[in-house]
Amino acid sequence: MFDLAVAGLEHVLVPANLLFLFIGVFAGIVFGALPGLTATMGLALLVPFTFTMAPAAGLIMLAGIYVGAMYGDAVPAILINTPGTPAAIATSFDGFALTQKGMAQHGLVAAAVASCFGSLVANIVLLTAAPPLAEASLKFGPPEYFWLGVFGLTIIATLSTGSVLKGFLAGALGLLLSTIGMAPIGGDVRLTFGFPEMQAGIELIVALIGFFCLPEILESVIGRRQAKYTSKNVKPNFSVVWEVIRDLFKRPVLMFRSAIIGTVVGFAPGAGGNIASMVSYNEACRWDKHPEEFGKGTIKGVAASEAANSAMAPGSLVPLLTLGIPGSPPAAVILGALMLHGMRPGGELFTVHGQVVYAFMMALLLAAFLVTIIGSFGSFVFARIINIPSRFLAPVIIFMTVLGSYAIRNNMLDVWIMLIFGVVGFVSNKLKFHPAPIVLGLILGPFVEEGLVQSMLAGRAAGGVVQYMVFRPISGVLITLSVLSALWPVYAAWKHKRKQRLEGCACDIEEGPKNA
Amino acid sequence: MKKLITMALAFSLVLGLGLVAQAEDYPSEPITYSIPFNPGGQSDLEARRQQPMLEDILGVSVIIQYKPGGGGSVGWAELVRAKPNGYFITGINVPHIVLQPLARGNAGFETEQIKPIAFFQATPIGLAVLKDSQFQTLEDLVEFAKANPGAITAGGSGTWSGHHIANLQLQEKAGIELTYVPHKGAAPSVAAFLGGHVQALWANSNDLYQHRDKIRVLGFGTKEPFEPMPEVPTFEAQGYDLYASIDRGAGAPPGTPDEKIKVLEDAFLKIANDPKIKEQMLNDGFVPLSMGAEESAKYIQEKIEDWKPVVEKFQQ
Repeated sequence: MFDLAVAGLEHVLVPANLLFLFIGVFAGIVFGALPGLTATMGLALLVPFTFTMAPAAGLIMLAGIYVGAMYGDAVPAILINTPGTPAAIATSFDGFALTQKGMAQHGLVAAAVASCFGSLVANIVLLTAAPPLAEASLKFGPPEYFWLGVFGLTIIATLSTGSVLKGFLAGALGLLLSTIGMAPIGGDVRLTFGFPEMQAGIELIVALIGFFCLPEILESVIGRRQAKYTSKNVKPNFSVVWEVIRDLFKRPVLMFRSAIIGTVVGFAPGAGGNIASMVSYNEACRWDKHPEEFGKGTIKGVAASEAANSAMAPGSLVPLLTLGIPGSPPAAVILGALMLHGMRPGGELFTVHGQVVYAFMMALLLAAFLVTIIGSFGSFVFARIINIPSRFLAPVIIFMTVLGSYAIRNNMLDVWIMLIFGVVGFVSNKLKFHPAPIVLGLILGPFVEEGLVQSMLAGRAAGGVVQYMVFRPISGVLITLSVLSALWPVYAAWKHKRKQRLEGCACDIEEGPKNA
Repeated sequence: MKKLITMALAFSLVLGLGLVAQAEDYPSEPITYSIPFNPGGQSDLEARRQQPMLEDILGVSVIIQYKPGGGGSVGWAELVRAKPNGYFITGINVPHIVLQPLARGNAGFETEQIKPIAFFQATPIGLAVLKDSQFQTLEDLVEFAKANPGAITAGGSGTWSGHHIANLQLQEKAGIELTYVPHKGAAPSVAAFLGGHVQALWANSNDLYQHRDKIRVLGFGTKEPFEPMPEVPTFEAQGYDLYASIDRGAGAPPGTPDEKIKVLEDAFLKIANDPKIKEQMLNDGFVPLSMGAEESAKYIQEKIEDWKPVVEKFQQ
């Protein structure tokens, strides 16, 4: 394996291929950063070009795009509260709060460094332990997906410390919205109100732009923060880069935990970066000594989310390269590219085409470093964007949001949905409803529904639905985690109260950790 | 009055000439090739393979755009409302375009509205079990299912999809009952199958071919044996006249002039008949097709008659 890895590295270090990698990473960052354009689209656009390239060169460029996009989505999440892809939702919680404090560069550098770290850890796992992990990933069946969805929903409790009731109401609304369109199972068309376009359901990115970005623009135009997008003038400088890197290196537990969560979620076919970053953010907040800092602008939150979603990318390649099962939509495009070059995933891929595959994996590794370099230098440019007065910036952002909502599915209805959600989001922010639980419900709804219905079908065939769903090792773990996670806020509140009594201080637990 | 007639004649002549000229010029603008699925699916990959060749043959740029949703129906609803000027085409899939309007009244389009240009790729559907399964042949599975109705779970992609209808047809023709477990796409259903979460799998030939080391295919829904896996018998050879495949092609809006369809048809068929493309397809586990516009329309009609009773019976 080692000599193949070296041979692969030699492929990547050919100047022409390095250039392809650089172009790939750069294009990936752009695709990730523009809401409405996704890593999947970037990869699909490139596939025809890779026909004419040597297989190694083509795959190296695809690797660059994939890794670049996993970082790129953090840029708008941090600067304008608009996750470039759903995977960066959790990045915006603290990233945008940092921007509002005038610390946009901290957020951008933290995202770049954490992305690189997550990518590295996951890549090492991919290089060394892919086959056994791929076998393990197959243990994920309908009941596991159901319980994973339920576990994900318990995050609502963390996301809504201000008022758990409001959090659950928002979460329920999200679940309800997720049922619009064609049922994942049964194919019934639900809640389309007579619009054939609504069969497609609510697109996640459209909801993100609506609930996260538009309210901020409205706020900056008609709300408290008129004139400027942020309160302070940002002057990027080099000391910030070192400060952030040093700070993150002092938190190995946070970094490793986030990277591992991302990698593991990546294995499970179907669960994507959005779940990885949400779960990771939640755990970072839960185990931190100062959970109250989360949501008010801490690089810990940004790092947790970005390390996880970047680790998801190589993680999703584990089942792809070993079993031929793509763990994420971008991985599906990479599978297509591999097949078009006559490479069939599975055992033969690592032997017959070993050099090309290791070149691909080495490219993923190298791309991670390129992300840090481009991200750190880029932060000097990006961070200044928010110094532009709102009267110039807001129209540009609105233009981009409309374009992005349309581009994702070429559907005009999506633009209207985005605008409606934007107004709803603005009003609900005023009422102290945070949009995060709505989006969480929207993401997890299909998981829970599909897992439940499939489990019921398979369970009935096996003779008992409840036994089928509960008495399985991974299900057991997920159920336990869900119960603990749901009860955690109760425990945290009790601990807080006790501490308060002991110290006699009047901390305010009512204030939520979110930026709303 | 005479003047008026002359003018009218002249006018219609100009108009007629204009039309001829227009048809001769066609295509002179970029053509939009819409894919009614997400990027990265097989329809997308096939379109991406064709894109540079189409541009070569037609001499204009071909823009691929995505209109996913509703298992393709959102894209086809757009297709039947698009301007029939030959500059907007959409990828079409059988059985999707046939089954969706049959199964749900509000799919947003009728099968007959779509004007097929060509079909260029077929993906036969097969039924498989894992290598270590107790079922050695289709007969074993049928016998077990007769003794234990509903106990065998069979995964597949989607409801009212090619897999679902194949399952319904096998149930009817063999007089058995299976528990069909739909998944949200081919990849998750293959994962569930390899992980042992379903006992059998309805899948497309390319997926089955890809995982051939780990699985045993019990039958293919083809008339001739599937070329890359000649050892697998067809359903027909085992006594069930069951034909199931996913056919990929392209279609135009209703009312698109036949001359324009012809230009596009020639381009698609030229690519489909390219020996290099054919070889690539077979290597990936697909069956190359080259079905022209007329033949395609007839084929779609046949499928409507084939499936209508099955859908109606199941819905009652």
